[in-house]
Amino acid sequence: MQRPIATTRSATGIPTGRLAVWWVIASEIVIFGGVLGSYLMHRLGHPEWSHQSIHTNTWAGAFNTFVLLTSSLCAVLAHQAAEAKDGKKAARFLMFTVLGGLVFLIVKSFEWSHEIHEGFTLTSNTFWSFYYTAAGLHGLHVIAGMVIMLIIMPDVMKNKELQRVENIGIYWHFVDIVWIFLFPLLYIAK
Amino acid sequence: MIDHYVPAASTFAPHIDDLIILIGAVVGFWGLLAEVVFIGLILKFKAEPGVKSKYVSGELPKEKRWVSIPHYATLAFDLLILVMALRVWHEVKLEMPKPDETVRVIAQQWAWTFVHPGADGILDTSDDITTIDELHVVNDKTYQFELTSRDVLHSFSVPVFRLKQDAIPGRIIKGWFKPTMTGQFDIQCTEICGIGHGLMPARIVIETADQHANWVKANTALAAVAPAAPAPTPTPTGGMP
Amino acid sequence: MSAAAATHAEAGHHDHAHHEPGFIEKYLWSTDHKMIGFQYLFTGMLMALVGGFTVYAFRMQLAFPGVAVPGYGRVTASDYNALITTHGSVMIFWVAMPVLIAALGNYLIPLMIGCDDMVFPRLNRLSYQIFLVSAVILMASFFVQGGAFGGAWTAYPPLSAKAEYSLTGTGSSMWLLAVALEFVAFLLGGINFVTTVMNSRAPGMKMFDVPMVVWMIIIASILFMASVGPLVAGAVMLLFDQNFHTGFFDPAKGGDPVLWQHLFWFFGHPEVYVVLLPAMGIVAEIITVFSRKKLFAYKTVLYTAVGTGVLSFFVWAHHQFVAGIDPRMANVFSVTTLLISIPVAEMVFVYIGTLYGGSIRLTTPMLWALAFIGEFLIGGVTGIFLGAAGADIYFHDTYFVIAHFHYTFFPIAFIAVFAAITYWFPKMFGRMMNETFGKVHFWGTIIPFNFIFIPLFVLGTRGDHRRIYDYRHFPDLMKAGMQDLRILATISLLTLLAFQVVFLVNFFVSLKKGPKASKNPWNANTLEWVAPSPPPHGNFPEGLPNVYRGPYEYGHPDRAEDYWPQNVEGA
Repeated sequence: MQRPIATTRSATGIPTGRLAVWWVIASEIVIFGGVLGSYLMHRLGHPEWSHQSIHTNTWAGAFNTFVLLTSSLCAVLAHQAAEAKDGKKAARFLMFTVLGGLVFLIVKSFEWSHEIHEGFTLTSNTFWSFYYTAAGLHGLHVIAGMVIMLIIMPDVMKNKELQRVENIGIYWHFVDIVWIFLFPLLYIAK
Repeated sequence: MIDHYVPAASTFAPHIDDLIILIGAVVGFWGLLAEVVFIGLILKFKAEPGVKSKYVSGELPKEKRWVSIPHYATLAFDLLILVMALRVWHEVKLEMPKPDETVRVIAQQWAWTFVHPGADGILDTSDDITTIDELHVVNDKTYQFELTSRDVLHSFSVPVFRLKQDAIPGRIIKGWFKPTMTGQFDIQCTEICGIGHGLMPARIVIETADQHANWVKANTALAAVAPAAPAPTPTPTGGMP
Repeated sequence: MSAAAATHAEAGHHDHAHHEPGFIEKYLWSTDHKMIGFQYLFTGMLMALVGGFTVYAFRMQLAFPGVAVPGYGRVTASDYNALITTHGSVMIFWVAMPVLIAALGNYLIPLMIGCDDMVFPRLNRLSYQIFLVSAVILMASFFVQGGAFGGAWTAYPPLSAKAEYSLTGTGSSMWLLAVALEFVAFLLGGINFVTTVMNSRAPGMKMFDVPMVVWMIIIASILFMASVGPLVAGAVMLLFDQNFHTGFFDPAKGGDPVLWQHLFWFFGHPEVYVVLLPAMGIVAEIITVFSRKKLFAYKTVLYTAVGTGVLSFFVWAHHQFVAGIDPRMANVFSVTTLLISIPVAEMVFVYIGTLYGGSIRLTTPMLWALAFIGEFLIGGVTGIFLGAAGADIYFHDTYFVIAHFHYTFFPIAFIAVFAAITYWFPKMFGRMMNETFGKVHFWGTIIPFNFIFIPLFVLGTRGDHRRIYDYRHFPDLMKAGMQDLRILATISLLTLLAFQVVFLVNFFVSLKKGPKASKNPWNANTLEWVAPSPPPHGNFPEGLPNVYRGPYEYGHPDRAEDYWPQNVEGA
């Protein structure tokens, strides 16, 4: 499909794709804001939930934080390579970012299956309902980010559409920041 | 004006009516004025051949006056309405005069249960009188009500009292009223509560002290036989602080 | 890059030849913003018929309780709840939103800012497809076990959360899923709108040269994006409560039913302005054109719109004064609610001021636009009764609320939309509509509209509470005259519905047989009138326009003509 002229214009000076990513993030912030705001209100109203939250695995959460931060670093390096018009290198760093996401999900799945095994399921307590819903929603965003990176990778490798590396990077940092909020709220607050 | 159609049967009902009339007068006057100016302008400036429209940007201070004066007028009248509205709100929902008696109102799909304190005037004693869809109160006595729900949201509304409060499962919400006339009136559920929402009519019976005493006497024998309704367990939250 | 250079660079792009598209590619799978606008418009019109049919059925039941409604049959209590819920949800989410924002936004934005399409045409197509799926899901919910959801459009849990309370387990979930999908569709659409207007304006079009309707749609899209998130989260939580038996809104499990109300109204109140602002924008375009006047205080209108938008995030709890929230909250929310009356009132004053010194032509679109101002004013002032906490105790959940709401929403969703359709019809379809039919339809809609809702104001004041399928159970609500008022409202509704046939006939006959429209039949200034009627794919075959001035230069003293199109060069 031929791109419309509209897409090539840039009255703000910000490329259209990047501008759109910022708006996506703006609308995502309020979605996560809704979940976390609801959780916070409940948490403050239910001090007894600390009996539930001690069963979350802080070390797994901390490790995952580290993994996501590293993957964000890879996204930054990919962006740098794309700026230098080195598509191959950019694609390689994107691959590392995807691997980071994969490690994150694997750790998560071990964590969850252990917790479900222990009897802490979605319905066992509203703390766990929030825990699985908030982290699940975040997990879906991780998966979405990985899928998008895999889709854009072939073009990037051919040095085409390099601006996409930056755009997906911005999104990935956002997903990372959401986790930075989730980790203390769900794991550290006992 | 409103009490011509819906009697005002509580101490605060006339205050709510007065507030409504005040707002009606203020917004009625200004709303009508705006409509008159609006229609007047349409009629005055209908297109005529050869007459060109004026070029007015509306950015000059002289022109902006036409918007800024109504702007400050709106602000001033908003403040007036606000003060009056919150005074009434405080009287109905935030103040809690010392009650002579307490009644419990329990909503469920699709009926009202009313627990009256009975002869001793105290709830949760053996002489409590529990009724379905009929609340008996004495004229000129101050009542506190404890409102809760067994299932979904309901809303306890007594139009003649100008009183309305949602019932929430798991919470007991307190409020008050003091009837000022005798008679029988509707109690409504004003929060949609399922297919029987329209089938939740109840009546409030406002009696003189003597009538009420007779009613209590006649029902105490019954209450002794029937098991008292279980007191709702949840802790009171929300509602009156 | 200078404006001239930009046009030159773009001209190179422009002469790519189009092959002749087939039916599916042209009408169903198109990425052309105009076609997607039409898809939204016609889907919205179809859904308006559903909304109209449901109101017909339940208003008949209210006027003649227990009598079989012709074309529907007997309305049972559960039918009644499903009908009112569907009426509310459909009219707001599947009529007002798609027509005002999606249809007009899609159609007008690229034309009015002088570019060839949206920046993400395929995203645009996807947005419509998701929207269509949501509409289909909602309609399908009528045919599942238990029938359509009947917990009102606000869907308060626990009623909406548990099948044993609502008795419509599947219907509730389908309703919620449809609403959530619809939100996703409009989020995608909104991102597209905002990005397009920010980046793709015609060379020379500065911030304050953007036509008001485009501004309004953009502010509305941003409001939508900023307010809908919590409700999307809430919808996920409620879906979990319904289907996996979690307890987010279940007090027995540590949840809180009132939380939903906060999430719902945090979106629900800004939503009022999400649809109001585009309607206000439409009216601004039309009253300036047909009074040949510059918009009075363009920047003031813009600031009031932004002010309204910002304030609208701080008023939501006025829907919950008696819902069991801390009564002290009413102090705050009464103040913010009355404050928001100021920018909205100011906007109306500005529009009235625009008429001053004009040369007013009462064409059909102008009649609609003026009627919007006149009727919306009534909706606005009656809102004060409800924002004032003390009076709201009595009026909350009565027909007074319904009448107030419809005095704002009917002007928004119908009067402004009829104004828009009759005004842009020549551009959209290249033919003129019939003025006589248009005026008959106008009076046949406006007069009965008032006779529907004035009785409802009276009934609300006399104590009629909402969502009751049969008032005969309430002795105090069957006093002399009350049933007559209900019958009057219903008969007025039937009249109003009947007159819509005039519109449909006018619409479809003009579509085929109306006299051909010129490029600029109204002598208007904005860029859509530079394109041919109807505009081809790519919009501006003679090259994309440049912009030299604001959109409302009517009656300029230096010019012989009383209009001055935005794209015409000259000081």
